[in-house]
Amino acid sequence: MAERILKSVSVRALKGAKRGGQYRKEAMIAYGILIAGYILLQLGAATGIIGRNLQGQFVPICVYMALAISLNLVVGISGELSLGHAGFMAAGAFTGVVVTRVLEKSLSFAPARLIIALIAAALVAALAGFIIGIPILGLRGDYLAIVTLAFGEIIRNFMNVIYFGLNEKGHLVFSFNHAIDGIEDANRVITGPIGATGTTQIATFTGAMLLTAFTLFVVLNIKNSKQGRAIMAIRDNRIAGESIGLDVKKYKLMAFVVSAALAGMAGCMFGQNYSTLAPVKFNFNTSVLILVFVVLGGIGNIWGSMIAAALLTILPEALRQFSDYRMLTYAVVLIVVMICTYNPAIKARIGAVWSKINPFRKRSKDNSGSSGKKGKEAA
Amino acid sequence: MNFLTNLISGLSLGSVYAIIALGYTMVYGISKMLNFAHGDIIMIGGYMSFIMSMYVGMNGWLALLVAIVICTILGITIERLAYRPLRGTGSLAVLITAIGVSYFLQNIALLIWGANPKMFTSLFKGMSPIHAAGGKLTITPESIFTILANIVIMLCLTLFVSKTKAGKAMRAVSEDNGAAQLMGINVNQSISLTFAIGSGLAAVAGVLMCSAYPVLIPTTGAMPGIKAFTAAVFGGIGSIPGAMIGGLILGIIEIFSRAYISTELADAIVFGCLILVLLVRPTGLLGKKVHEKV
Amino acid sequence: MADNKEKENAVYEYSDSGHGYENRQEIYYNDNVGGRAVFVDSKEQYEADEPYNDEVYLPEKDRGKAPILQVNGLGIDFGGLTAVDNFNLTLGRTEIGGLIGPNGAGKTTIFNMLTKVYEPTRGDIIFDGKSTKGMSTVDINKAGMARTFQNIRLFDKLTVEENIKVALHHTTNYGLIDGMLHTPKYRHEEFRIRKEAMKYLKIFGMTKTADYRAGSLPYGAQRRLEIMRALATKPKLLLLDEPAAGMNPSETAELMDTIKEIRDRFQIAVFLIEHDMSLVMGICEGIVVLNYGRTIAKGSASEIQSNPKVIEAYLGKSRGKMEEEKHENLEEALSKGRLASAPSGKPDAGKEAE
Repeated sequence: MAERILKSVSVRALKGAKRGGQYRKEAMIAYGILIAGYILLQLGAATGIIGRNLQGQFVPICVYMALAISLNLVVGISGELSLGHAGFMAAGAFTGVVVTRVLEKSLSFAPARLIIALIAAALVAALAGFIIGIPILGLRGDYLAIVTLAFGEIIRNFMNVIYFGLNEKGHLVFSFNHAIDGIEDANRVITGPIGATGTTQIATFTGAMLLTAFTLFVVLNIKNSKQGRAIMAIRDNRIAGESIGLDVKKYKLMAFVVSAALAGMAGCMFGQNYSTLAPVKFNFNTSVLILVFVVLGGIGNIWGSMIAAALLTILPEALRQFSDYRMLTYAVVLIVVMICTYNPAIKARIGAVWSKINPFRKRSKDNSGSSGKKGKEAA
Repeated sequence: MNFLTNLISGLSLGSVYAIIALGYTMVYGISKMLNFAHGDIIMIGGYMSFIMSMYVGMNGWLALLVAIVICTILGITIERLAYRPLRGTGSLAVLITAIGVSYFLQNIALLIWGANPKMFTSLFKGMSPIHAAGGKLTITPESIFTILANIVIMLCLTLFVSKTKAGKAMRAVSEDNGAAQLMGINVNQSISLTFAIGSGLAAVAGVLMCSAYPVLIPTTGAMPGIKAFTAAVFGGIGSIPGAMIGGLILGIIEIFSRAYISTELADAIVFGCLILVLLVRPTGLLGKKVHEKV
Repeated sequence: MADNKEKENAVYEYSDSGHGYENRQEIYYNDNVGGRAVFVDSKEQYEADEPYNDEVYLPEKDRGKAPILQVNGLGIDFGGLTAVDNFNLTLGRTEIGGLIGPNGAGKTTIFNMLTKVYEPTRGDIIFDGKSTKGMSTVDINKAGMARTFQNIRLFDKLTVEENIKVALHHTTNYGLIDGMLHTPKYRHEEFRIRKEAMKYLKIFGMTKTADYRAGSLPYGAQRRLEIMRALATKPKLLLLDEPAAGMNPSETAELMDTIKEIRDRFQIAVFLIEHDMSLVMGICEGIVVLNYGRTIAKGSASEIQSNPKVIEAYLGKSRGKMEEEKHENLEEALSKGRLASAPSGKPDAGKEAE
């Protein structure tokens, strides 16, 4: 009987909403981007088309992609605004640095050291996410956002007063709020506001790319599992979620903790890419930068945020010729792109132009791919 | 006496936060957006006042007036060009745009005035500090004027919002945008007015802050902006007295933790207090609890 | 008229002068519609005179079995305003019960109290033999009560199929690690619940829409999906808040059949709020009428139709003979299901209800 009713309803209205095989499509695009990006960048580097400066950005590009994917789990899939993602990145980065420095003598095989560091970073960041998540998940909307901001700042602030060093026996020594005496500079691991020093750079492009792939794998899988469905259901309608027996806090916390753990791993990779790394690198601006990737890529659109992360990491490098104007240009591009992607009137105009010039144009207009698609039918 | 000195400088810093937070809170109340560029308008206000008094040779108070006018125009322009096209598209898009505006203002300042710090001349240069209790307690004119300015602004705003037609219109728009429009209120005008007032206040805050802490760089406004935002949430975002109380408490906590606990950890303590308050009162000290209709 | 009198005696009603409903009390005194007026001055007197013997309303087939839901003296105040007071109900294991009343009578508030969206101020709810005191909305669902919402609450950005799968959450048996890594256990369970989800979609014949976003479905389909989603949590009691709102007469008629089919097939109880009298009178075995947060009548469809208090609640009080006549016509209209206080009144619904 319902078929009959549905038939009478405009079929075209429904077509736009169809999203069969949507997860498979999303996964294929995302993995495709990763593989294509990896091959292109490797080729570019081998043939010398990509200069040294940009090659130095390979690991950060992968790291930022991983961060954007992990933040998407909170912002896109769980629907909560988080302004403290850099805090988890910092926790992971410094954990990683400490672990690799301690293992340096006993474990000479760098990839093994890196993997152990990544696991440790994930655990520490997950713990941080758990501790932070428990009290705040009762909050809603902008209040939750400000608290994540506050926690991000608190983590960074603590990094400023933490000191790690290796004593003459090679054991780790720790000090809070004052420098450790009697240690050579070379044996300092983390020195308060100066941050990590003397790190052996063991992060590689391939390693970073594999980490990004792992992050992508985990997030896409969660999205298409009962946990992910519960998280998205609560995002769409909290009260209805409760009415079918979903524990709201549990699933919000789950998204938050998994996201923190993944950010910690990305941070660990980031930390292994630099011989020195100051806590100030993980300030509010970095949190915002990651959020920009997510929003610009289309909230909840995972491959969109990957592309945004890659482009926005390359953009300042590419704008180097404008030297003084480069950050200004960046700001203008950001504002203009935001207005063009989100203003309904401009979006419609761009869409109309695109449908004319699009070489892959289909006969029936299908707009299911755009994650920017908002609004439900007027009830 | 040390305690009293700290308390007064805490109140003074808190007053600066409160004035900035008023702008945050009003803008949030009416357009439900977090205007992250607000902190940078403070910076622009500081620079404007600096330019006017140093290069144009204006009297400090006249320079303040010019800075207020310029910031007001700037605020209205930003709202018109960057935020209005995104009205009603969800808070995240506007938030990112606000961040873009913030980068824009910082980099414009960097381009025009360079990264070198400018030494700001206090608005109250000629006045001498008040010594009390046999010289143990020193109260700077900056502190006195900042605290006074905060009280005056707070009273004026409360009166404006509750008594005037424009103020009532603003309240109506922040309550229900659509309904206000149906009642014949010009929503665009109300929002513009809110941005104008907020930005004008930011200029005042900028000059007062730079008088007390006279180093002026393009990122001067960033951290006070975040702190003021915190203060606004602390007091209950959307509430005018909340912004004042939040600002004052935050300023006092910050100065006291600097003085008695640790300079490095002062920010962590401030943010920690915010989290504690939100745990007990999830919508801030004076925030209204919102019920979702089922 | 004699018939009416008998039915009147079975109707509980009272007015409470202590709560500012003075003018309503006047209504009771001036009652001249359906013969003898039954009124009680105060709550105390009501409680003293009439013990809760709601079980007399249980349908034949459910007598002897423990009722699925028993509500005693339920009430809630919002900041001094009493929204619902002294609500009593006994619902049989496989009964279809109806809750009607004018807009703002407190019907949805009762649903919200049953599902613990609101914590009741007074009274107890015994669900399936257990008091629900201290339970949360989540606990209530796990205990076996599922509901739909007056203003549809679907997971708009999920597909129709996913909406059902979310409701099957607690019967989907794998952990977070399985979900993250898509282990064989994950694949096995996902396959199983996909089939199960399709089974539910089949009830309303919506399998073809499985891949559409729930938010993009037409209104009627959204209402049906919401019912299926509630059903997928395997409830013992299904609460439906205006299931026919926004449906046309033929859709409503189909919905009636489906609700009955659901009851028969799953052997569960259904309690529904509805303004469409054709639906209520057509399928509800017991009906409660609510006005201003108070129960003004209880009984079977035919009892309710002829109850003057109900007519009054919907149409206002009458004076004089002319009105009396008019009321008789309206009474008839009500019995045919032509009256719905909702603006979406359906003039043609009467025939289908017969």
